[in-house]
Amino acid sequence: MKNATPTTTRSKGRDILGTSALRPDGVAKTQGNFAFSSDFQAENMLWGATLRSPHPHARIVSIDPTEAWKIAGVEAIIFADDVPGKPTYGLISSDQPVFARDVVRYMGEPIAAVAADHPETCRRAIAAIKVVYEELPVLSDMDVAIDPATPPIHSDGNVFRHQRIVSGNPDVVGDVVVEGTYDIGMQDQAFLGLEAALAYPDPGGAGVELVVATQWLHEDRKQIADCLALAPDKVRLVLGGVGGAFGAREDISLQVHTCLLALRTGRPVKVQYSREESFFGHVHRHPGRIHLRHHADRSGKLVKIEGWMKLDGGAYASTSAAVLINGITHLQGPYACENALLDAWATRTNNPPCGAMRGFGVVQACFAHEGQMDRLAEALGMSPVEIRLVNAMKTGDKLFTGQIVDSVAPVARCIRETAAIPLPPEPVRQTGSLELPGGSGRTSDPAHIRRGVGWGVSIKNLMYSEGFDDSAEAKCTLADGVATLKFATAEVGQGFVVLAQQIARTVLGVDTVILDTIDTQIGSAGSTSASRQTWMSGGAVDGACRLVRERLFEHVAHIHNLDPLQLAIEGTEIVDTLGPLRVTVAEASAGLRVEQTFVHRHRPTEELDENGQGNCHVAFAFVAHRAVVDVDTDLGLVKVVQIATAQDVGQVLNPLALLGQIEGGIAQGLGLAVMEEIVVNDGIVRNPSFTDYLLPTALDAPDVVAIPIEEYEPLAPLGAKGVGEPPCISVTPAIVAAIRNATGRDIMRTPVRPQDICLPA
Amino acid sequence: MTVHVPTSLDEAVQLLVANPTARLLSGGTDTMVEVNFNRTKPEAVIALRRIPSLREYSIGPDGIVIGAGVPYASMETGPLAQALPALAAAARTVGSPQIRAAGTLGGNLGTCSPAGDGLPVLSALNASINLRSPRGTRTVPFAEFMTGVKRNSRATDEIIESVSVAPTTGFQDYAKVGVRNAMVISVASVCFVHDRNTSSVRVALGAVGPTIIRAREAEDWLAGRVDASKQLPPDGALATEFARLVASAARPIDDHRSTAAYRRHAIEVLARRLYLRSTT
Ligand SMILES: Cc1cc2nc3c(=O)[nH]c(=O)nc-3n(C[C@H](O)[C@H](O)[C@H](O)COP(=O)(O)OP(=O)(O)OC[C@H]3O[C@@H](n4cnc5c(N)ncnc54)[C@H](O)[C@@H]3O)c2cc1C
Repeated sequence: MKNATPTTTRSKGRDILGTSALRPDGVAKTQGNFAFSSDFQAENMLWGATLRSPHPHARIVSIDPTEAWKIAGVEAIIFADDVPGKPTYGLISSDQPVFARDVVRYMGEPIAAVAADHPETCRRAIAAIKVVYEELPVLSDMDVAIDPATPPIHSDGNVFRHQRIVSGNPDVVGDVVVEGTYDIGMQDQAFLGLEAALAYPDPGGAGVELVVATQWLHEDRKQIADCLALAPDKVRLVLGGVGGAFGAREDISLQVHTCLLALRTGRPVKVQYSREESFFGHVHRHPGRIHLRHHADRSGKLVKIEGWMKLDGGAYASTSAAVLINGITHLQGPYACENALLDAWATRTNNPPCGAMRGFGVVQACFAHEGQMDRLAEALGMSPVEIRLVNAMKTGDKLFTGQIVDSVAPVARCIRETAAIPLPPEPVRQTGSLELPGGSGRTSDPAHIRRGVGWGVSIKNLMYSEGFDDSAEAKCTLADGVATLKFATAEVGQGFVVLAQQIARTVLGVDTVILDTIDTQIGSAGSTSASRQTWMSGGAVDGACRLVRERLFEHVAHIHNLDPLQLAIEGTEIVDTLGPLRVTVAEASAGLRVEQTFVHRHRPTEELDENGQGNCHVAFAFVAHRAVVDVDTDLGLVKVVQIATAQDVGQVLNPLALLGQIEGGIAQGLGLAVMEEIVVNDGIVRNPSFTDYLLPTALDAPDVVAIPIEEYEPLAPLGAKGVGEPPCISVTPAIVAAIRNATGRDIMRTPVRPQDICLPA
Repeated sequence: MTVHVPTSLDEAVQLLVANPTARLLSGGTDTMVEVNFNRTKPEAVIALRRIPSLREYSIGPDGIVIGAGVPYASMETGPLAQALPALAAAARTVGSPQIRAAGTLGGNLGTCSPAGDGLPVLSALNASINLRSPRGTRTVPFAEFMTGVKRNSRATDEIIESVSVAPTTGFQDYAKVGVRNAMVISVASVCFVHDRNTSSVRVALGAVGPTIIRAREAEDWLAGRVDASKQLPPDGALATEFARLVASAARPIDDHRSTAAYRRHAIEVLARRLYLRSTT
């Protein structure tokens, strides 16, 4: 990141809040010593593998494992009938079979699992299981799914949820009306650390321990225990090193299979997906189609938003219902507007199941509403910045759900500060330069390159919504000047491990903070998603440390005959604010052991009513992105030159970690803008590999110039907003707008393909 | 699996006679992908990396000979890059630095994918492939070597020893379209060679047909209009018509990487640009 203004510097060299403290796992990760989930091994371990359907929709006529059993080294082969508990699982509604029994509804759906002495034995056994399928018609189109005349492909029906928003005066008409239909392709989370788990059975099958890469240990445990017909406390989960998640580990994938194989064989079992299997093993970002009609008055002020949104949830429910609510409630964008008439559907089809991915429904919504803002600006002869400033939401505004935005809402400031970032100079371009569109392919000649600038601004809810009882627990133990923290917060790469240490150092005045194992031996921390862990688990760690500090102050006050309220932490010392006492925390806590647990909850939210009204979200964060692109207009190739951004972050707790989220989110949003798409034809995935599912490389990554907008958020325990999702949302429409600006073409879908730029539509 | 590590080409040829199903291994950048995807399970491997002669090249007045084991990294810069700028350009588009350090022309020829980036260059340079077997050395023009998608006329007991290229003077370049700025499989590519020595312009197309395609009609058309013993005229209209003819030679398909229409269009754009680049 260039020209970034550091907001805080290290204070006295201690790694407290506000400093760019380094991650405790950083060195191991950069040196390759960090144990990811796939690195775990156990003595006497077996390997597991999964048999998956090659068809998107078929009846299972018969399954014959006879030949597989003949292979030496095969120890277990299990099917739907071998699931002792609930046969299905799911985050919101339990509609997804652990193993398909009669019918498969998507390509890659699990049918059986095998445990054997070697991965190669597993592979042969899987290949030897004979499944006879009778292929069924494939439901792949959202409109067909919504049509009530279409036969349901699941007993729960073909629509996961329909939601409507009717707000204010839906009949009002604006002076200017613009309309557009926007398409969003299916993006994959593409984390680098593939799915992996290792299960250890308890003697006699009384329970099981699972080391797994996940986002939410306790939710996994609940679903696993149900399927295994075990009490939840008989299923113990330990977080394996997680190499990225982005939502793809919110649903369970290999968890139940691995535990079942371990319990069946009485031996530790490890399951590990390949990259190809990973594409079938986890949910993706919902592809969708959104139609919007924006009404505005002559000054550009929004009068009404109408239209519809359709998201394709694929074969099973996952979090589609929640993604849909996020999507429809964010169609407004970060703009004031009280009149709305909107419908949204999440459909069930025979396409790959879709669920959580960074941005959770808002990415899709933002692509559409930002396209609309540009159309409005054009219709009114305003600039993209003007139209957005005229409408910028502020604290106290009422959303079209009736909810009042009481978060800090510096939308106008985000836009202004982004606009103030200097545009990159137009370079002297040379044929063959790697910096041109086409990069190393050396296709571009300077004369054919046009530069474009585009804007995107977004609003993103933080935490879970719609009445979900969301909590996070943490325990802090102080003994002899050393703090130990225990929590079940999944560290998926976001850096909660360093933040937790920073909090303890700041609150308690200690330098050494030990992190206990992340497992289910403490209450739930909730999911590492929805930009929520800094707020939720950060709040829990902060709360536990404060309770410990109270006990410590009471102890010191008692010895020195003082009122504990007089005491404060200054650096690593306890000081009497009214007298001379000064004692180090290390000394004061010598021989002492204080342990406190704290549960943090955010304020309650409520479900939307049938008109889409209700205080369904907890809080919001905002960001602006300005993209500068160079486009080879003849070949349709794009180079994103610069992304300028100002992001509403609340208090900055770790500038380096913030930067990591911003740059990473921008790369992910860039991927969705110009290359990342799972190509599905009639339910068949065409590109399940990194050869053909393209992620941005260093040559695709733009210069990022980022400014944190630091306004303390009173609603948040540390004054800090979640910063994980916002960076990846409005960057996609900003890049696509820049491509439109460079080419003059009305590009209505993302990712933008070369042919969308240079061939007739 | 047994791995043989011969240190001379003769030894390798003998090993291949003794192990007719053995897999020849050069940089392994294609083979290991196949192994990982379970598409191949070699019982025996003959690793060619320790054979010094395969990793050498020579540049002389009679031509250029590039050992089958010369990695792309050696073609990107230095004497080879100076002698064969189109090959250097193609080499720079291959994968990542790691792939270019390991991957070889021999492997590109062994695999014979229509998207192989070395192949359009060999085609446009009228390169010959030198094959060694117990029967001696056989030399095959590139056009007769590649016979289809991942198919070539190498006999099972033959080892690709080198490729030979006649000396050329004049502009040559290679350009490749992929949907990412680096590390990407070709969606369409063009190699353009203007050879003043033979007064000819030769154009080869990658990833738009089952084999590398030579745009012979366009080559002949151009030969009838320009004096190719000199620098080509910077004539935009001529370039446009030439590019149209080049594109008409393409036989592209629709697949998950791109569409036939885009591929043909991209060939036309690249052919026009390369022609005009040659005139400046
Ligand atoms: C990440 C990645 C990116 C890639 N990007 C590109 C790219 O951009 N462009 C591109 O063209 N390719 C690319 N490839 C493919 C590959 O790198 C090239 O085809 C390369 O030229 C293969 O050379 P190698 O020496 O590694 O071949 P190997 O894998 O060793 O061999 C390939 C085949 O050729 C045979 N073979 C090897 N040497 C001989 C010989 N002397 N005689 C007879 N047969 C032989 C082998 O038996 C095998 O069948 C990429 C591969 C990867 C993994």
